[in-house]
Parts: sequence; C-alpha cells; structure tokens
Amino acid sequence: MPSLRAAIAIATALLLGCFLPGCSTGPTTVKAASVKLDKDRHVAPDFALKDADGKAVHLSDYKGKVVLVDFWATYCGPCRIEIPWFIDLERTRKDKGFAVLGIAMDENGWEDVKPFLAEMKVNYRVLIGDDATTNAYGGVDSIPTAFLIDKTGKIAAIHIGLDGGGRKEFEDGVDQLLLETGDAPVNAGNGGAVPAPVAAAKQH
Amino acid sequence: MLAMVVLSLPLLRPQSSTERVTVGQPQKVVGKRNDAVQTKIPVSILEGYHVNSNTPSDEYLIPLKITWTSLGALEGGQLTFPKAEKITVGDQQLSVFTGKIDIAVNFKVSAGAPAGPGVASGKLGYQACNNKACFPPKSVEISVPYQVQ
Repeated sequence: MPSLRAAIAIATALLLGCFLPGCSTGPTTVKAASVKLDKDRHVAPDFALKDADGKAVHLSDYKGKVVLVDFWATYCGPCRIEIPWFIDLERTRKDKGFAVLGIAMDENGWEDVKPFLAEMKVNYRVLIGDDATTNAYGGVDSIPTAFLIDKTGKIAAIHIGLDGGGRKEFEDGVDQLLLETGDAPVNAGNGGAVPAPVAAAKQH
Repeated sequence: MLAMVVLSLPLLRPQSSTERVTVGQPQKVVGKRNDAVQTKIPVSILEGYHVNSNTPSDEYLIPLKITWTSLGALEGGQLTFPKAEKITVGDQQLSVFTGKIDIAVNFKVSAGAPAGPGVASGKLGYQACNNKACFPPKSVEISVPYQVQ
C-alpha cells in the first residue's frame, strides 16, 4: 500500500508539474548574449513602408509584439542563409506574439523581390525599404542587418551580418523577449530619433 | 538633442567610405584610324571581399559590368573577363572575382577620328560581399586615354 500511495503521489506531482511553467517544452528563462538590458535599449524609429499588396505598414502597427526587422536584399548570399531561420521563427512563434518584418533593399523593388519570396516560400511580411527608413536606423550600410525589437518598441538586439551566434542566438533572443512583459507604448516620447545602440552594436 | 541626433546619424555609415573595389589607370590606347586596339582595365578587390563575376551563378545576383558612357574616337568596347572563381556561401555556389583582375577591352579607332588625344569613359558596376555581409551595388568611373595617330 505505501508503494501504491507513493506511486500515486509521484504521478500526481508529475501531472501537476506539467501545468507549471517549469514543465513546458518552451524555455522559461533564456539568455541571449545579444539582448541588451532594458536600460540600454533605445526606441526603434517608426516607419511606413508598403507591402506586396501596396498596403502601408508601420512598425507601430506591431505594438505589444516582439518584432524582428530584417534589412536584406535578393542579391545577398548571407541574407539567404538567414531567411530560412526567420521562416521558422515566424512559423513557430507567430502565435506567441512575434512577427518578422523583412525590409528588402533591392533597387528594382518588387520586380526582383516578389519572385524571390515565392521561391524561398517566405511566410512573413516583407516591405520595400527606402532611404528614410535606413537613415532612421543609422544607415544600414551592410546587409543582413536585423533589429530585434521588444514588446515596448525598443531595440533590444542588433545583428549586423552573419554574426557568431547564428540561428540559436536569434531564437534565444526572441524567446527571451517573449518572456518579458511589455507595457510601455511603442515609440513613446522619442519621435523616431536615430537609435544610439546601432553604434555600439557595430562590430565590423 | 540635435547634437545627439547629429552624432548618431553616421553610425553605420563609416563602412561606405571603404572602397572595396578600385580601378587602376588603364594603358593608353594608341592607333591609327580603323585599327583594332586593346587595353586592360586593372581592378582591385579588397582582401576578404568578392564581387560577382560577369556571369553570376544566380539570376538575383548583380554582375560585374562596364557601361561605356562616352567612347570619343573609339568604337566597340567589347569586354573579356578573366576566369571566375567558384566559392560557396551557405549552400549557394557563387561565381566571383577576388584580388586583382584585368578586364581586357577591345576597341576600334573610328574611320573618321581626328588625330590627337582623347578619353573614353564609362562606369564599372559591381556588388561586393564578404562571407558575412553584402554591400549595396556601386559604380566606379573608368577613363581610358587614347591617342589617334
């Protein structure tokens, strides 16, 4: 009998435990090296760019979500390496409050971008970039350059080029930011000023 | 506030001042009217970078090319590129140039060209990358001096 009671107790504990955060398959605490402390984050400039349907998309439309803003182009080999990572991130975390926004820097615009998106089976929203947006983000001289934006609209991490962390660093960064509670409004009080942390992130 | 914005603006810009591709001075072309003449355009690609060849491996890649804007007393301007290298970035095999290359150019001196000096000019268009990042397409001015005898 004692062994039966022990077995029931263990089974109950396991069942209960699986409803607690610690038993979930997702991470409860994630530490991404690239993610800055909240005090070091600066507000991401808002932008208005058009998507493939000609609809204007603003960063501020994504208020309350974690957003990965990726500057890229169809001619960029390293960008092409990252795109499947972002497709997976969008697929696996879209329902958790995450979105990828690709900003294509191709001079020919949709003429080049649309067939490329179809070939790569891109499942996230892509916009065509302009000088105003790249300037607002500090120039974006090289691609890929990706900004990971937290739920409050602040830039939490910047990835310039294929940096050392790879796919896992993006996943950890997104997961860490998804665990944060975001209650500050997107772009509050900044007016879209150039983000200072871009300079600090520039490593090469 | 203004100072902060001004200080922040060029933060990602310094890379653009690095010339990843430079063009040397081509040999002077000397010939009589109707002569077929040739010169070479020396191109240097910064170490650690590559540019797509004139025949990239993918339709989305931007080729190395020369566009003539003014030929003066010369005609033609057909190009012969060196053999490209094959490199792999991710799972993509690329056809690229690295280091120093010469692009051969074939001209013909026009039948009615006046004797004397002149300059043919054009632009070398390229798009450079390294293994981690790519840079926007750029162009460099080319000047080919000539002398019609």
